[in-house]
Amino acid sequence: MSDVVEKTLTALPSLLSLDSQSGAGKLSSTSKLGGLIRSITELTSKHEEEKLINRELAAIKEQVSSPNTSMRQMKEIMVRAIYCEMLGYEASFSYIHAIKLAQQGSAIEKRVGYLAVSLFLNESHDLLLLLVNTVLKDLQSTNLIEVCMALTVVSQLFPKDMIPAILPLVEEKLTNPKEIIRRKAVLALHKFYLIAPNQVQHIHSKFRKALCDKDPGVMTASLHIYLQLIKENPDSYKDLTGSFVAILRQVVGGKLPVDFNYHNVPAPWLQIQLLRILSLLGKDDQSTSELMYEVLDESLRRAEMNHNITYAILYECVKAIYTIYPKSELLEKAAKCIGNFVVSPKINLKYLGLKALTYVVQQDASLALQHQMTIIECLDHSDSIIKRETLEVLFRITNVKNVAVIVEKMLDFLKLCNDDYTIIDLVGKVAELAEKYSPNNEWFIQTMNVVFSLGGELMHPDIPNNFLRLLAQGFGSEEEEQQQLRVFAVDSYLTLLESDTAHLPQRFLQVISWALGEFSYLKDGLEPCKVTKLLAKLLDERNVTSESRSWILSAMAKLSAGPGAAALALQVSERYSSSLDTVLRQQALELLHLSQDPELHARVLPHGAAWDSFEVDSSLSFLDSFVSEALSQGAAPYKAPHQRQEELRQEKALSLEPYSISLPVSLSSCSITDRQSPTLLSMSSSLSGNSNELKAGSSTLKLEGVKRVWGKEGYLHQQDAVEEAAQVEEAATPALPLSPQQGGAESQQTHGDLTVVEQEKQKLASSLFVGLGSQNSTFLMGKSDSTSQQFRRKTRAADSTSSGVSERSSSSSHSSCSDFLHNNLLEDSQNSLNTQKIGVSNGTHEGPVTQSFQTANGIPEEDGEELGNPLPVIVDSDVASIGTETSKETSPFLDAGMVLVQPCSPQTELRDFVQPGSSGITQTSLRSQFPPELSQLPHSDISLLSSDHSLSLSACRAYRDDALLFVIILSNCSQSSTNGLSVQLDCKQLKVASLRGNALENLPAHSMSVCWYALLMEEPHTQVTVAGSVSYRAVPGHTQTLQFTDKLFLTDFIRPLTLSTEEYGKLWLSFSQDVRQNLKLIQGEGDPLRATLSALKEQLQLHIVDIIGSEGIVACRLLPDSPCLLHCRIHGGSLAVWLRSPLLSLPDCLLYYCQKTLEEC
Amino acid sequence: MIKFFLMVNKQGQTRLSRYYEQVDLGKRPALEADVVRSCLSRHKDECSFVEHKDYKLVFRQYAGLFIVVGITDTENELSIYELVHNFVEILDKYFSRVVSAEAQIMFNLDRVHLILDEMILNGHVAETNKTRILAPLMVLDKLAEG
Repeated sequence: MSDVVEKTLTALPSLLSLDSQSGAGKLSSTSKLGGLIRSITELTSKHEEEKLINRELAAIKEQVSSPNTSMRQMKEIMVRAIYCEMLGYEASFSYIHAIKLAQQGSAIEKRVGYLAVSLFLNESHDLLLLLVNTVLKDLQSTNLIEVCMALTVVSQLFPKDMIPAILPLVEEKLTNPKEIIRRKAVLALHKFYLIAPNQVQHIHSKFRKALCDKDPGVMTASLHIYLQLIKENPDSYKDLTGSFVAILRQVVGGKLPVDFNYHNVPAPWLQIQLLRILSLLGKDDQSTSELMYEVLDESLRRAEMNHNITYAILYECVKAIYTIYPKSELLEKAAKCIGNFVVSPKINLKYLGLKALTYVVQQDASLALQHQMTIIECLDHSDSIIKRETLEVLFRITNVKNVAVIVEKMLDFLKLCNDDYTIIDLVGKVAELAEKYSPNNEWFIQTMNVVFSLGGELMHPDIPNNFLRLLAQGFGSEEEEQQQLRVFAVDSYLTLLESDTAHLPQRFLQVISWALGEFSYLKDGLEPCKVTKLLAKLLDERNVTSESRSWILSAMAKLSAGPGAAALALQVSERYSSSLDTVLRQQALELLHLSQDPELHARVLPHGAAWDSFEVDSSLSFLDSFVSEALSQGAAPYKAPHQRQEELRQEKALSLEPYSISLPVSLSSCSITDRQSPTLLSMSSSLSGNSNELKAGSSTLKLEGVKRVWGKEGYLHQQDAVEEAAQVEEAATPALPLSPQQGGAESQQTHGDLTVVEQEKQKLASSLFVGLGSQNSTFLMGKSDSTSQQFRRKTRAADSTSSGVSERSSSSSHSSCSDFLHNNLLEDSQNSLNTQKIGVSNGTHEGPVTQSFQTANGIPEEDGEELGNPLPVIVDSDVASIGTETSKETSPFLDAGMVLVQPCSPQTELRDFVQPGSSGITQTSLRSQFPPELSQLPHSDISLLSSDHSLSLSACRAYRDDALLFVIILSNCSQSSTNGLSVQLDCKQLKVASLRGNALENLPAHSMSVCWYALLMEEPHTQVTVAGSVSYRAVPGHTQTLQFTDKLFLTDFIRPLTLSTEEYGKLWLSFSQDVRQNLKLIQGEGDPLRATLSALKEQLQLHIVDIIGSEGIVACRLLPDSPCLLHCRIHGGSLAVWLRSPLLSLPDCLLYYCQKTLEEC
Repeated sequence: MIKFFLMVNKQGQTRLSRYYEQVDLGKRPALEADVVRSCLSRHKDECSFVEHKDYKLVFRQYAGLFIVVGITDTENELSIYELVHNFVEILDKYFSRVVSAEAQIMFNLDRVHLILDEMILNGHVAETNKTRILAPLMVLDKLAEG
């Protein structure tokens, strides 16, 4: 270090006399900084603070702009500005001066300048560019301390685009003789890797050199990079396992210099880092794991000293032992170690023990048994965080027998809890357990009552939705039991309504009113009048929202048939028929009609009708005559809202484009040549009527090479093979799902591909798990399991539910046109979906949706939600057209080019699925196991990931609009049942939004179970590997695990982002950084821009916002909600694309796939 | 990963803050107040780790001063708890324990930041060796002293 000082000394002679403050010295009492600090300590109120800081900021502002301010004074000013910002007051005027100080100051002043920059600015700040030159200069400086500073700031923040400018200099520092420089250079490269991985691709070999550096500090720094690399792709670094093991052995053995010790423990944080790396490498890999058994054992042995830091190491060690390929001897020691943690009187240790236990019980539930008593003690612990962690352990070991006790404990905790995050989390978990393991109906209803009361408006909307679906569709085959559940629900809700209702959350009120409306007829001797009265009382309560009122009104409509109820209904409808809320007004009028016309009521809302017994006419053909009459009398044809907006916009602005191009995208992309022609438009309404006409119609309505990839429910994945079939199917019987045979035939097509993949995976599995299972095991798919999943939903392809009635205004003459336009311009209608929710009281899931009438040509119209949903034919021509709304469940993909496979009956025997000479898995049989919420989603082919002699595991990806569902299908192919199944998925790069069915008490022989993870990609990666394991017991007491891995791609997480051109413009301006790239243009017939964008849209699920002339704008989002905007323009022979996104690496990742797609075209 | 590092006094006033994940300046005071509230309300014999929103807090008290570290769920709480202590030991070594800790930190905010920056970088533990952490600062001080 002395030569550092020497060099610095010669460089900065002028400085010596200036600063007399020593490191530990105090500021002179007269200095401005000293004054500020004293004032801050004397502050007594927020108001005073505001006054003080504003005064201070004004003083700083004046000083910084004065030319006489010396660097030393500037340093002090910066510290004062840091204080102001620390207290939350922006001092943005000083940012530029911080950069100047870093540039012009020397030694400590320069360092404080850099410090201020790193505190004030963030990665995307524009001023950061001004720092680049300073960094460049300092990196080249002969003064080591300046090089050091530059490297430090570079590894804190640096503009991504400027990395190439300094990269060679940083690389060169890797060979610097000083360890501190080498170490900081490695840390800077780590930073570069984090923000722009492809920029440092070429120096991976240098990372290896850093790993082998003779200085332990440099080696430690390189581990950051390796942890990241191995997380992303463990397979490429297996060869380094030996090195990591050797390093850990040396560290544990005390071979490092003593100053690396912390309380006599050698480099503890380094040990922890190494253990993390080893567990990633050893995961799912027996041979790699074998290399590390010994060193892990040694770590366990050595870390016996009684100090917190050794416990921290032990925890990491235990985690590693349970993550890698298991070795019983080590597992035993690790389990003992956790035991010591859990029983420790030290509270922090106890917490860590419980945390480890939540991790471990998923693989070996028996460990929880060993610590039964401690767990029970912890449940009553005075510290709520210990309780919370204990509940987490219990949640993972819940089964049919202990569910009641565990749920009770969780609810007890919830009642005392006031943290929103905890409530949301726990309520979700209770609901999951209740649904999965409920011992009886009464318990289930009561538990859900508590869940709704406690969860209130916070809980995830899936919870009430799933609950209502369960009530509606029933669970399992026992009709009687199902009715009993409903009666229980009705009973308990009546009791609730009779007492004080003011405290009930809105969501709960909605659930109650729906259930009462649907099922109160089931209870003997219950007068509808009585229920109606209770509901009417609710309506009057002031704190009931209009959304809930709408639910209540639908319920009343269902109950309005009785004699007493009718009178009450009349009262209510009179009051609300003048409501300002259009939804309520509409429902009040419906109520009025229905209560006065019992015959109509019986047809529209039959009691206890089967959910799928409604005949529906999705195309509103009954309005045809009305429409053509109106048109012939000169009424203007219907125009979709987006079209009207577009025209409005064009009227305002001068159009310099030729006409053909200035047409709205939507229209020009479909071949309606004369959009004013009433005949053509009315022809569209024949979509419904007879199938011959439809075929003729549909052939003229082709979208120009634009495949419909997105439906209302999400991404329609496999349209290729099935689109045609679907169209024919749709034409013949619009509302009928495909028969199982056809579904089977479809699966045959994909079967060929499947077997190849399967064989490869089997090969891999057998090589990985040699000796564990028989290679020749057969994979038999059985009937679905029913024992553990108490409430299993009936699977139906088309469940139509009906509830309230919506009455269309009799003047909605053009609704068939609207329907037509929307059917064909679905992409664009998604636009309007966002802004315009259409409300037909959609009883089951959605709840009454707010209705907004958009008036076109003075005519109220409906669209959006109704799209494609079959509507019942129940209309009298003289009554206003009434559509009983259908739920979202109603085969939404039928007219969107998607085939639904009719799920087989759960009771189907397994032999039905076994095909001689094949592995026995058919897509159909697997898919038939999907719960309804999955079976309706588009999904990838199901592929076999892993298997052993008793269990086989397949998976597929289902594309939901808000998440990617990773669906795992477990099938027990042995002759005996397996117990204690639990699935664990591990992928650090993805976020698990929710999961279902990952633990199972038992899986009977030849049966299957489905579990799924909803995954989100918060940080963009081009691809990620998900690994996981299933642990189970085939023989009591002997836990086995089955490992699997799969790859997910960025494109799986991309969804279209529908927005208008204006919204796009705003969003575009809100992001600052562009990434620009030239892409290949597809040269085909027609417009190359359109063709290229269509190809991208089709492959990558982008949304084309607009195409104007030679430019196009496209938008998409990365799940959950990171937008990425593309601005494309034809430039020369290629397509220039600018990308903007709040996520810095998203454009890069997306471009990779854009290039790939276009290369393949 | 470490999300932020805070030093606050018993009254809940921030004495040092360093964010490793971007948080808007305007939102920081509210976040800090929230964090401090959930830590200060803890009893002495209760756990030093708190769940806060979607992350965890690890806190440790030194006389009138609290150090609170926000971490993600994947981090090892106990190792962070000890990292805090390592940091305090380094401060002790550097300032050779003179006046009260709070005043020492306030008057040397820049230097405390410099020490912290050597130890934690981008939310990762960059260095824990006391001598090495203090080395750059010692050089700067020597230069200043002359």
